[in-house]
Amino acid sequence: ENSKRAIIQKMDTILALKGDGFVMMAADCSSARSILVFSQTQDKIKVLDDSKLLGQSGPQCDTANFSEYIQKNMTLYELNNNMKLSTHATAHYMRRELATALRKGPYQTNILLGGYDEKAGESLYFIDVYSALVKVNFGVHGHASNFLLSVFDREWKEGLSVDQALDVVRKCVAELRTRFLIAQPNFIIKVVDANGVRLVEL
Amino acid sequence: MARRYDSSTTTFSPDGRLHQVEYAIEAINNAGTAVGILAKDGIVLAGEKNKPSNLLAPSKGPEKMYKIDDHLTTVVAGLTADANILINNARINAQRYIYTYQEPMPVEQLVEKVCNYKQAYTQYGGLRPFGVSFLFAGWDEYHGYQLYMSDPSGNYSGWKATCIGQNNQAGKNLLKNDYEENLTIDAAMKLAVKVLVKSMDATTASADKLEFCIMTTDGDKVIQRIVPEADVTKILEEVALETASEGDM
Repeated sequence: ENSKRAIIQKMDTILALKGDGFVMMAADCSSARSILVFSQTQDKIKVLDDSKLLGQSGPQCDTANFSEYIQKNMTLYELNNNMKLSTHATAHYMRRELATALRKGPYQTNILLGGYDEKAGESLYFIDVYSALVKVNFGVHGHASNFLLSVFDREWKEGLSVDQALDVVRKCVAELRTRFLIAQPNFIIKVVDANGVRLVEL
Repeated sequence: MARRYDSSTTTFSPDGRLHQVEYAIEAINNAGTAVGILAKDGIVLAGEKNKPSNLLAPSKGPEKMYKIDDHLTTVVAGLTADANILINNARINAQRYIYTYQEPMPVEQLVEKVCNYKQAYTQYGGLRPFGVSFLFAGWDEYHGYQLYMSDPSGNYSGWKATCIGQNNQAGKNLLKNDYEENLTIDAAMKLAVKVLVKSMDATTASADKLEFCIMTTDGDKVIQRIVPEADVTKILEEVALETASEGDM
C-alpha cells in the first residue's frame, strides 16, 4: 500500500451551514504540501451547477479528479434526461462512487455538498473520506472541526438569515485565527439559494 | 418479392424497411388486448387474459400485469417468454437507479432504457427482435402520472390513452371518441371495460377474463392495486347497463 496515501491530510478547512432558504459554505484558501504553501488564493468550493456547492478538502489530485468526474457525469445526465439531479440524488451518487472506489483506489476527499432544490428547499450533506454520508444542519471537515463544531453547536439555530449565518462564519474564522496552529489568512465564502450561487465577503 | 431481405434483422430492404421488426409488431396483434388510460388522479391499466384451456391451473397472480417498481407497472401484449426477459431487465434497471441515486427512477428514463435494449436486437447480433409491446404506467415527482407504449422496434411514445394487442384499432377508435381529459378513476375504468368488451373475441366478457390495475398516489407514495374479481364483475354490470340504454332517446 502506498504509505503516502495512508496519511490523511486534515489541513484544509471547509465549513457550511443551512439557513432560511440557503446554504452558506466557507473554505480557507491555502494550497500547501508539507511545509510549502503553493498558493493563498485556492478556491476549494466548486460550483457543481447553479444550485449546488461542492466543498472539498484533501490533496488536489483527488479532489479535482473526483469533482470533475462527478460534474461531467451530472452534465451528461442533464443532457440525456432533460432534467437536473436533485441535491439528494447527487449526494448519494457521490457516495456510491466514493464507496466503490474505497476498496479499489480510494479518493482522499472530504466533501460538503450544499444545494437548493425547488421542492426540498435547502439541504446540506456531509461525506467523509470513507464515504459515510449524513444529512446535516452544519458541517466542518479537517482539524478545524475540533474547534468549530462547538462554535456551531452554540451558535446555529433553525432559520438563520444570511447576515446571521455570516456572523457565525466570522466567529468560526476568529476562533481558528486564535486557536488553530496553521495560519489560514484567506477565506472564500459562497451562498446557494433559489436565485443561484453567489460570492460573499467575509 | 421482399423475401430475400426478410430473414436478417440487420438488413434494410430495398424500400427502406426492417421486415423482421414489422413482423414482430404483427405478432403482437394476435395477443390479448391491453389498454391504458390516464385519469385525473391516477392511471387505469387493463388486460384481457388468454384462457386457451379449462385444464389450465388458475393463475396465482396477475397474468399480464407486472410490477417493475413501487411507482411503475406494466401490461404486456405478445410473447410472454420474451416479455419476462424485458421485465427482468426493467426491474434491474429500476433498482440500479435507486442503488446509485437513492431515488425512484423517473418513468421515462426507465422506458427509454428498456427500449434501447430492444433496439439493439434490431440492429446487431443477428438475433430476432422481442415480440412484445408494453404499456408502462408510472408516477414520478417530476412529471406526475405517465403512460408510455413501446413496441419491438424500440420506439416509445407517451399517451393519454391507448391500447395494444388484438383488435387494438377498434379499441383506439373507441378511445378517440370517448376519452376526455380529467376523467375520474371510475370513469376511466368503465371506459377501459368498454374497450376490452369491444376488442375481446368472446361475445360475453366476464370478470375472470379481465385484469385491472389501478395506480394512484397518497402524497409521494404510489399505490398499485389489482382490482379483485368481484369489483370487476360489478363494473362489468354497470357498463352493460349503460350501453344497453345508450341508444335510448
